[in-house]
Amino acid sequence: MLSRAANSIYWMARYIERAENIARFIDVNLHLMLDSPVESKGQWEPLVIVSGDRERFEEKYGQASRDNVINFLTFDRDNPNSIISSVINARENARTVREVISSQMWEQINKFYLMLLDAEKSGVAIDTPYDFYNKIKLESHLFIGITDTTMSHGEAWHFDRLGRLLERADKTSRILDVKYYMLLPRVEDVGTPIDNIGWAALLNSASAFEMYRKKYRKITPTDVALFLVLDLKFPRSIRYCLVKAQVSLHEITGTVMGTFTNKAERRLGRLRSDLDYANIDEIISVGLHEFLDGFQNKLNGVGDAIFDTFFSLRPTEKNKKDIEVSQ
Amino acid sequence: MNFNDYDPQGFYDELFKIKGEPRPGTKILIDRLMSFPKGEILRRQKAAEAALFNMGVTFTVYSDESGIEKIFPFDILPRIIEPGDWELIEKGLKQRIYALNLFIDDIYHDQKIIKDKIIPKDILYSSKCIQPHCQGLNPPKGIWCHITGSDLVRDADGRFYVLEDNLRCPSGVSYVLENRQVLKRTFPLVFGESAVRPVDDYPNRLSRMLEFLAPDTVESPTVALLTPGIHNSAYFEHSFLAQQTGIELVEGNDLVVQDGFVYMRTTKGFQKVDVIYRRIDDDFLDPLAFNPDSLLGVPGIMEVYKAGRLALANAPGTGVADDKVVYAYVPKIIKYYLDEDPILPNVPTYVCWDDKEREYVLNNLEKLVVKPANESGGYGMLMGTQSTPKQRAQFAEKIKENPRNYIAQPTLSLSRVPVIVDDDHYEGRHVDLRPYALYGEDIYIMPGGLTRVALKKGSLVVNSSQGGGSKDTWVLSNLPKK
Repeated sequence: MLSRAANSIYWMARYIERAENIARFIDVNLHLMLDSPVESKGQWEPLVIVSGDRERFEEKYGQASRDNVINFLTFDRDNPNSIISSVINARENARTVREVISSQMWEQINKFYLMLLDAEKSGVAIDTPYDFYNKIKLESHLFIGITDTTMSHGEAWHFDRLGRLLERADKTSRILDVKYYMLLPRVEDVGTPIDNIGWAALLNSASAFEMYRKKYRKITPTDVALFLVLDLKFPRSIRYCLVKAQVSLHEITGTVMGTFTNKAERRLGRLRSDLDYANIDEIISVGLHEFLDGFQNKLNGVGDAIFDTFFSLRPTEKNKKDIEVSQ
Repeated sequence: MNFNDYDPQGFYDELFKIKGEPRPGTKILIDRLMSFPKGEILRRQKAAEAALFNMGVTFTVYSDESGIEKIFPFDILPRIIEPGDWELIEKGLKQRIYALNLFIDDIYHDQKIIKDKIIPKDILYSSKCIQPHCQGLNPPKGIWCHITGSDLVRDADGRFYVLEDNLRCPSGVSYVLENRQVLKRTFPLVFGESAVRPVDDYPNRLSRMLEFLAPDTVESPTVALLTPGIHNSAYFEHSFLAQQTGIELVEGNDLVVQDGFVYMRTTKGFQKVDVIYRRIDDDFLDPLAFNPDSLLGVPGIMEVYKAGRLALANAPGTGVADDKVVYAYVPKIIKYYLDEDPILPNVPTYVCWDDKEREYVLNNLEKLVVKPANESGGYGMLMGTQSTPKQRAQFAEKIKENPRNYIAQPTLSLSRVPVIVDDDHYEGRHVDLRPYALYGEDIYIMPGGLTRVALKKGSLVVNSSQGGGSKDTWVLSNLPKK
């Protein structure tokens, strides 16, 4: 398929997944607010830090509060990673590949976008946030379901899944990281019910609470990390995402698993086997936050390699110069 | 909301013969509409609009800064064309397109029509759309204008006239197909009873025609649609057509010329392209041959085309035949090449280049419509009957400065159809008709077309960029038995 089209599909999927996960971020916090003791209410800053856009936020809003963080992450068009920006970007990418995706997929993205425009006007995000962010998750799920059932599972579909899973792996790592920045009221609260409530909220925001419960009785930070980082069956765990992303990547190239013919295969394969042979105690002893940070960096490297391998315009020698200029 | 008070007011009405009496082909529809409970028609109108919006059937308005995307305003009452009228349109368009194709071929070869003094040499050479690069060119299968969309209007006398020919990149066919989809949902029962001829075959015919153009040595050709990109006002249509035909949608940057062939850049390397349905103008097609500043085109593509290794639809250079001054000569062109009288008449046209005719135009501006020769989209026109003395004076200066660039036509009394106004009653509005023709093995005229309607009261300008909307167009295969 056309390199440009593959690129658009990959980003369309990433942006929809991004929108869904930002809704999940906000959801963690809303849950925490309901369950936390009074003195720790209103910790909205960690969300901004974890989203990676702290500077942009502080410049525009200053102090973090419920309303301005929600606005920044949801409707702020100046924030390229807000929900609305993500959906606009997904839609723009979809628009350039309408002939490749199914018309039902396009219609769903379009409806998602129109729903957000309505919500922006009506103020539901602030008034009934639980319903609203749940709706965003559902719109994304609907899109994924439609994609799965109306599009041939060929090259384009694998680019879609590759984009979605890499984005999801990144965002699960960030959801997990929220806890690192959440301040507990007192040092001695670590490991107490208050602390546990936080971990449960975190599982909830990754829709992981029930599945976690089936596997582990108690909520312990180590088991939560184990579940969200290394579980092989849970579809939002980081390792699960990488395993399936790798399948799609190799479906696209036709290269035998366990070998590589390009930079993208090599980097993704290496990152995946890091996780295959990782040990949760080792991760905890290095520090979960440090581990996640390193992981996000390597994942960015995979993204760059995918761009170089498939999407960058590979010019002929003769006109190499012109094309570089026009990019 | 009903038709009891609907009055054609002396105009030719496409649905009503006179007040209270629908035309024979329209009766089923009107009876059905009259039987709806109160509010039902409006409900269906809103549902149709919502469907178009959700499908993202939108276009971009250049002059509007607030929102770049809009749905093309759509009115659910169809425009109905009876079988006898359509037969004439079909025959007339085929004749016209055969003749224009012969004309273009002649212009880029021996120019017999000039030597025989049918068309003045000066007019032709001063056309902005004549392409010196095409001199001596032999396009695949001898066809230049593969896709045409001529604009027709019906005057008060009930006859159809050709208003202009679009032989470069006529747009709008996607709206015809989408409007039909929506209307099938809106009036399923009326559809079943009315013997409406299908338009859905167009994408099929289009892709067959494009494949037909491929070099004979290529067994299963790769066909692509070349678009200027997402910011073009017709982008929706480009992607829609690619989607419906299964051909690749490419931008200039996706294509590259190497070793005498055109390739597209794919995730697996270069892939050869054999036929390009290009939706960018001649000037932007190849910066090496035409406008050197173009970033939209593909450097070197004209050389590949000339060598016969690539087919382009439409061929470059066809614009010479839709120059509005050349338009005035089309009846003579038909007579010259086919030795036939035109089946579809032209609107009488005054060519300002001619001293006598210019004199008449300048003295009668308040009665005429004056158009620039090479603009489209309804830009740069003077509607004499609705102009102020100051506007007329300014326009007269323009005409005197550059007479070759202007033509004038009498103000026609365009036919009307009822539309829903203010959500509560029907009023007549003026319409035109753009049927689409494909020229491959033979000429195919899609039975239907884009009916554009001037939604502003009294307005005669139907262009979407000027507040026009559209309607589904039903061509009936037979009239209901009485």
